[in-house]
Amino acid sequence: MDVKVAKPVSRKVKKTKGDRVFDVINVVIMTLFSLIIILPMWNIVISSFAAKNSGNFIFWPNKLSMANYIRVFSDNSLWNAMFISVAKTLVGVLLHLMLCSIVAYALSKRNLRGRGLYASMGIITMFFSGGMIPTYLLIKSLGLLNTFWVYIIPSMFSYYDIVILMNFFRDIPDSLEESAKIDGANDWLVFFKIILPLSKPAMATIGLFHGVWQWNDFMTAKLYVTNEALYPLQMRLYDIIVQSQAAATAGLNAQVTIATTSKGVQLATIVVTMLPILVLYPFLQKYFVTGTMLGAVKE
Amino acid sequence: MLEEQIQHERRPNKFVNWCREWIHQWQLQSMVIPGIIFMVIFNFIPIYGLTLAFKSYSVTSTMADAPWVQFQNFKTIISDKYFWQSVQNTVGISAIKLIIEFFLPIILAILIFELKWTPFKKVVQTITYLPHFLSWIILGGMLITWLSSNGMMNQVLNALGISVHTNYMLDGNKYWWIASLSDVWKEAGWGTILYLATMSKIDPTYYEAAEMDGASKLRQIWSITIPEMTNIISLNLILSVSGLFNSNLDQTLVLMNSQNQPKAEVINSYVYRVGLTQGDFSYATAVGLGVSIISVILLIVTNQITKKLNDNQSVL
Repeated sequence: MDVKVAKPVSRKVKKTKGDRVFDVINVVIMTLFSLIIILPMWNIVISSFAAKNSGNFIFWPNKLSMANYIRVFSDNSLWNAMFISVAKTLVGVLLHLMLCSIVAYALSKRNLRGRGLYASMGIITMFFSGGMIPTYLLIKSLGLLNTFWVYIIPSMFSYYDIVILMNFFRDIPDSLEESAKIDGANDWLVFFKIILPLSKPAMATIGLFHGVWQWNDFMTAKLYVTNEALYPLQMRLYDIIVQSQAAATAGLNAQVTIATTSKGVQLATIVVTMLPILVLYPFLQKYFVTGTMLGAVKE
Repeated sequence: MLEEQIQHERRPNKFVNWCREWIHQWQLQSMVIPGIIFMVIFNFIPIYGLTLAFKSYSVTSTMADAPWVQFQNFKTIISDKYFWQSVQNTVGISAIKLIIEFFLPIILAILIFELKWTPFKKVVQTITYLPHFLSWIILGGMLITWLSSNGMMNQVLNALGISVHTNYMLDGNKYWWIASLSDVWKEAGWGTILYLATMSKIDPTYYEAAEMDGASKLRQIWSITIPEMTNIISLNLILSVSGLFNSNLDQTLVLMNSQNQPKAEVINSYVYRVGLTQGDFSYATAVGLGVSIISVILLIVTNQITKKLNDNQSVL
């Protein structure tokens, strides 16, 4: 508190009128901007709770009901999709962290033979890729089409994340490792017993980013999976949306009625799909922000 | 003579030594090897697969024994009117998007930086970063709902006394704006992060001195904040311009329908359609490769230009 009281004294110039006008306009603009983001999302969330005959509304319906959610959760395929989404996020993050941290630890050793070659290979992977078709043909010839592992294995390695981890490992004092080595520990033991426990913050940040990517990723399913039993939530949602869009365009040309998921169920599925992110994000925001900084420093 | 001989003998020795050391640190090397295997399989084999663009591949042959056709696929591209339509849409959507997404985050970052009351600042940041973490499928589903005939957009217009009942998603002429502005909505807030980090490193005594000299807020922003950010701004400019031919496949797949397709088809979705739905692998690979080459050229050219403007300092 003392510091706060002292501050105005050290400020030599009083605020001019122009500056105060600037501050007020600034607060108004930023409030509007936040509302533009949050109100449309609120509209979706509250619409998913609206009863069927609740009429036209923007921010609050006449009647609330849980009917949409009851229908969503009584559908077995949704539970299945949710299981796939959770499984691919957990397994994906775990294996991604394991591979990247092990490789990053070895690459962080300056006396590693062949380090220059390994690093330039890694940099090539950051800037060049074969693109959609050659990658599809590779996945196909590896026999990964329509398997759960197609969600995990191709995204396990990321040189970008390895560079971030490498920079982190370099800041760990060598003396810690040396004392362990004198006691006879080998590199693998040093890594698991000493380095890993010290790297929790870096691992958490990279794990979070990869976790969000895994949860949100639908392209892998769209490209490589046709078996509906393996669909994650995002892919199921995509199917629902595209079907009802197809119905909307068909209805435009002729009076065709195509059986589609009702709008309310669609909205409830959207809310269920984004719920984990909405709930966890406010608590994890600071990790995401520092994570972006880590990546930017390297650039 | 003798020295030469010694050098000659040393050479294999050096190599042998190197191998010996490599074997000596086998534990560290065994940690790198899985990474090498992943890179070779998932990155280098697909890069080799780009040779498909110069071949005529069909499902019955393997990649290796497909016959070479030199530049035949690239010649077909030139007369492919659907391809050029997708290029037009890609560039149109990207141009709107890149112009707004270049300027808006700079302005927003300056405004957020000038907010005095920390709790308000935190709330604004939390809200504006949020859409970045939603997938395009979720945002696409929401957009379609907002823009449907009795969705939020029309409700708001009706409340303002304008009676409209259009389903905007079925109107191809509005698609470029829908695609680009929804991307702005999603990414503008998140785009401020790097600028805010740069601004927090500016020496506060600059502002104190300017204030003493009677410089207004706007003057301070113009003469201190913006010059201090030149590097990061030009880096973002280079990345923006080189992204002119990038298209968002996730977004297109969820927002495109049979009504807006002529205006919605972008290069990526065209490659997807020709390659994976119609099975013309070689042609689709050629399209993808051609566009990547143009993007790399754009990146180099813009880097050279900003280098000239930036006193011969490359920001890349």
